[in-house]
Amino acid sequence: MSEPTGGVVELDHVTKTYDGGVTALDDVSLTVADGDLLAVVGASGSGKSTLLHLMGTLDRPTSGTVRVAGERVDTLGDRALSVLRARRIGFVFQQSHLADRQAAVRNVETGLLYAGVPRRRRETLALEALDRVGLAHRAGHLPHQLSGGERQRVGIARALVTSPAVVLADEPTGALDSVTGAAVVDLFRALNATGVTIVVITHDQELAASLPRRVTLRDGRVVADERAVAVGGAKEADR
Amino acid sequence: MRISLLDLLRIAVGGVTARLTRAALSVLGIAIGVATLVAVTGIPASGQQALLAELSRLGTDLLEVSARPAQSDDVATFPAESVAMAGRVGPVTGVSAVANTQASVRRSDVADESSGVGVAVLAARDDLLGTVDAELADGRYLDAAVDGFPTVVLGAQAARWLGITRLPDDGPGPQVLIGDRWFAVVGVLEPARLVPAIDQAALVGWPAAEQYLGFDGRPSVLYVTARENAIEDVRAVLPATVSPELPGLVAVSRPSDALLAKRQTETTFSGLFVGLAGVALLVGGIGVANTMIVSVLERRGEIGLRRSLGATRGHVRAQFLTEAVLLSGAGGFLGVLLGAAGTVVYVLARGWPVVLPPAAAGLGLAGAVVVGVVAGLYPAVRAARLPPTEALASA
Ligand SMILES: Nc1ncnc2c1ncn2[C@@H]1O[C@H](COP(=O)(O)OP(=O)(O)OP(=O)(O)O)[C@@H](O)[C@H]1O
Ligand SMILES: [Mg+2]
Repeated sequence: MSEPTGGVVELDHVTKTYDGGVTALDDVSLTVADGDLLAVVGASGSGKSTLLHLMGTLDRPTSGTVRVAGERVDTLGDRALSVLRARRIGFVFQQSHLADRQAAVRNVETGLLYAGVPRRRRETLALEALDRVGLAHRAGHLPHQLSGGERQRVGIARALVTSPAVVLADEPTGALDSVTGAAVVDLFRALNATGVTIVVITHDQELAASLPRRVTLRDGRVVADERAVAVGGAKEADR
Repeated sequence: MRISLLDLLRIAVGGVTARLTRAALSVLGIAIGVATLVAVTGIPASGQQALLAELSRLGTDLLEVSARPAQSDDVATFPAESVAMAGRVGPVTGVSAVANTQASVRRSDVADESSGVGVAVLAARDDLLGTVDAELADGRYLDAAVDGFPTVVLGAQAARWLGITRLPDDGPGPQVLIGDRWFAVVGVLEPARLVPAIDQAALVGWPAAEQYLGFDGRPSVLYVTARENAIEDVRAVLPATVSPELPGLVAVSRPSDALLAKRQTETTFSGLFVGLAGVALLVGGIGVANTMIVSVLERRGEIGLRRSLGATRGHVRAQFLTEAVLLSGAGGFLGVLLGAAGTVVYVLARGWPVVLPPAAAGLGLAGAVVVGVVAGLYPAVRAARLPPTEALASA
């Protein structure tokens, strides 16, 4: 049993082997510190999504321990994990998964539905979250009235609305053109500046390179964990 | 974390209305089943009400006393004085009688003419009409002025068979051949609701039957009216009163009971119809289950998203179960309306009073909800069991 190191998410000697026998993660130890903006890069199949799912308690490790906000998740049941996901973790996916017939603000409110926030407070919080992603003026729009980038921002607002300890984004720019994608990454950077901890998976090396911390996976192992000392400057290897 | 019922309902309404055509079809399936259920209970209830109203108009104070033959080829009759004896029973308010003369009736003397086949020639007392509550359609009934002459009154069915449903306003009336003698038709009866046997009879006066048809004056059926509250007592003493020697061969029946029983079988839908309604509801339920299963398959992305937003397995299960119940509940509601409308149309077309048992509506709605729960359970459990990562991956 390992001691908590104070990170928002801590993986300690985590291995994930799927039923088919594929070891997607192999003895990974990684700590996401409060205030991190962390890019996860690696070839397709290297285990990035698996890593994110374990961090987000959507799946359980085959061995090793996962802590979220200091709490060991392997001992938690479905209800407790759900509370954790509802309150401490925000997910952003490649598809924005918006409900077609609901206005942007209602879609953001969905993020509060399972967090026990009373109905009357939801709209205020949702509008605040939309404001944070620069979409206050689109609150009443339906998804089909929004651009792809705007839809993704609504998805990000939905992840932010509970003020989670960490936002986990799996290729949030994957379905966007490079300019729009860059704008989303800019948004992450801006949010990070206000104290939001973000883990973002990306295939775009350039985008990844522009972020303060970069973890590289290969065949389920962490092969690099680098921090930028200064924007555009030299990078210092962490390990 | 619990979510409020209102939130649950909103999610479910959103899920159902997002695929409106499909939802409407499964709602319709349930509605047809429930409508059938409501109609097969509402229509008989209305028919029953109509029957009770009819019976209270016709009265239930009439008893029919008939004799069973001691041997199969005997003609069963009562003593001639049985009419007077029955009249002496305290609560009895009226007695009349008919007797089968065994004569045959024909429209004309053309050989092998068959128009009168099936018509019984009965000697009838002058007070028969009042006692059995039958009415004249045309002409007059037998009375002291004509009952000694060869005159005849035809029951409704007998009149149709003989082709004499109307009598000329003036001039000589039609005649029929009874035995080998011509009888003048002086009256035609309306259908007798309580005593259908009279419908198929040609009624001849008591004295005329004795004079022209060799009738021995012994009645074969007595019609007895009695005070309603004493009717069962009268029924009990009648056999020994009218046939002191052979009371065991006397059958006493109450024509209103017979009518009730007959009409009940006519208006009560058989188990077949109820079964049909059940099958329709079952098929509706299968429709809902199918809709929900397809829905769960299509909405894996949504399920994954909700799980990532903190929905428990229970939340997902409750959501899909609620959607199924919403579909079937809406179907039940629509079905009650359709069934009630159908019942009203059918019942009014028959001139019956409209009776819509609230229990039928309640049962229909409850049945629909139960069907919804059963139909939704499997899809809901499947949705809940879906691992979040798998749900997200397949989206
Ligand atoms: N549910 C699963 N069952 C079996 N094997 C799986 C499952 N999910 C992923 N894998 C396997 O685990 C490995 C890592 O998958 P993962 O999705 O984490 O990769 P990734 O780095 O996200 O790839 P990509 O960049 O293509 O999204 C792959 O070899 C994949 O085939
Ligand atoms: Mg992936």
